[in-house]
Amino acid sequence: MLRRELPLLITLVVGLFMVVGLFVPQRHFTAGRSEFEGWAIIIRAFAAVLGVANLARISALRIARRERDWGYQLPLLGGLFLMMVLGVAGTWFPAPLFGIGEGSLFNDLYLNIYVPMQGTMFALLAFYIASAAFRAFRVRSLEAGLLAVAAVLVMLGRVPIGALIWDHLPAVSDWIMNVPNNAAKRAILIGAALGAIATGLKVILGLERNYLGGD
Amino acid sequence: MGLGERLQYLDRRVIFLVILLVILIPYVKPIGLPIRVSKEAAAFYDAIERVPPGSTVFLAADYDAASLPELYPMTLTAIEQCFRRNLKIVGFCLWPGGPPLLNRALAEVAPRHGKQYGVDYVNLGFKDGQEAVMVMVGASIRDAFPADFNGTPVASMPVMHGIQNFSNVHVLINISAGYPGTKEWVQQVGSRFRNALGQSIPIVSGCTAVSAPEYYAYVNAGQLDGLLGGLAGAAEYEKQVGIMGTATRGMDTQSLAHVAIIAFIILGNILGRGAGRKHAA
Repeated sequence: MLRRELPLLITLVVGLFMVVGLFVPQRHFTAGRSEFEGWAIIIRAFAAVLGVANLARISALRIARRERDWGYQLPLLGGLFLMMVLGVAGTWFPAPLFGIGEGSLFNDLYLNIYVPMQGTMFALLAFYIASAAFRAFRVRSLEAGLLAVAAVLVMLGRVPIGALIWDHLPAVSDWIMNVPNNAAKRAILIGAALGAIATGLKVILGLERNYLGGD
Repeated sequence: MGLGERLQYLDRRVIFLVILLVILIPYVKPIGLPIRVSKEAAAFYDAIERVPPGSTVFLAADYDAASLPELYPMTLTAIEQCFRRNLKIVGFCLWPGGPPLLNRALAEVAPRHGKQYGVDYVNLGFKDGQEAVMVMVGASIRDAFPADFNGTPVASMPVMHGIQNFSNVHVLINISAGYPGTKEWVQQVGSRFRNALGQSIPIVSGCTAVSAPEYYAYVNAGQLDGLLGGLAGAAEYEKQVGIMGTATRGMDTQSLAHVAIIAFIILGNILGRGAGRKHAA
């Protein structure tokens, strides 16, 4: 009984408290909400530990079983543990070499290895977008045509060359962003918000139980 | 095989080469295309200009290395504008990769203005918890961030004297690459917390170009006081602040790259249509 009913009860009580507390500016409600929010941060920290442990376990298993592309797991695990050790060691060993602060090894590795690699990956997008634009962006319907025209106008209107081609192009681009784009985005936002409210209510009232996992 | 068919099966390495040239040439020989300032970027600049000198601003650098090319230039410019106006900066990050980048940006600009760490600015580092941290900062920033990026207790820092929560700051500058970011700051803080005058907290956002369309709704509703969209937004901001940064230098490149991609779209469609007709015949 406790396995299912207790989590549902905790969800109901905490969920209702958080919702009601938002609309009741009373000291006890405010303090209670702050306390729960503090708990949420702590629980997230534990979730991160679980995530790292899970990643390490799965990667180690792939290496042990020599599964496909198992070699990639070696730098993954090596990087994971190297950064973790360098960062956590700052608790016992002197800064600036250890820890995560300025001048530490952790910081230097992040800025000089991870940052350029991520920048490289991001830069590659420009090449793949150009290739995809040539091969895949086909105007085969009215909707695709509207999308293509809007995309071209915004792409040109947002960069300096647009005003050189036609001085009203930036204004056209602004209009597209502020009127049709805005209308569509608001509709999506309102729809998503209503969906979130409905899902939240279903979870609080115990009608949606998937988050408890299967038996 | 005719020219049209040969072009249709164009080796993608040729496309890559064209893009490489389009990117490299403006860097070697800048064109200096004029930059027009949009009203959203002007509003971003004005929101910081309105802050009284000597006041404190929050700078939430919610991005990591992947978005650095787009967002780092606007971070530098925002810090430049704040320091020129003699504003104190309390920076923090809700993205784990953010603190070293924020540190680098602050350390790059501060010496030019004679600003001291801990006195004129601080980097509080990263805190996991997303929206919960945003709300916690609203209650007490010292509870959310008891120590800075280097582990120094914030209570001992002059820059934090008198700073408890949003009621003590004049604007929240958010540089955002996604979740958690601008949308969450608007939802969790903009509507919930008030400053010392009882007004909602002004929030300005600098974001990636891909996420900018989503935030226009908040600008039009008055929930965002200004918006910089991608590298173009950063270049517009640099023009207002009067600096020649990487965003301004990148505008020639971005202009030509956009033209090249549009040309590829048009060419691809013309060739595709021609091939379609031939296939049907």
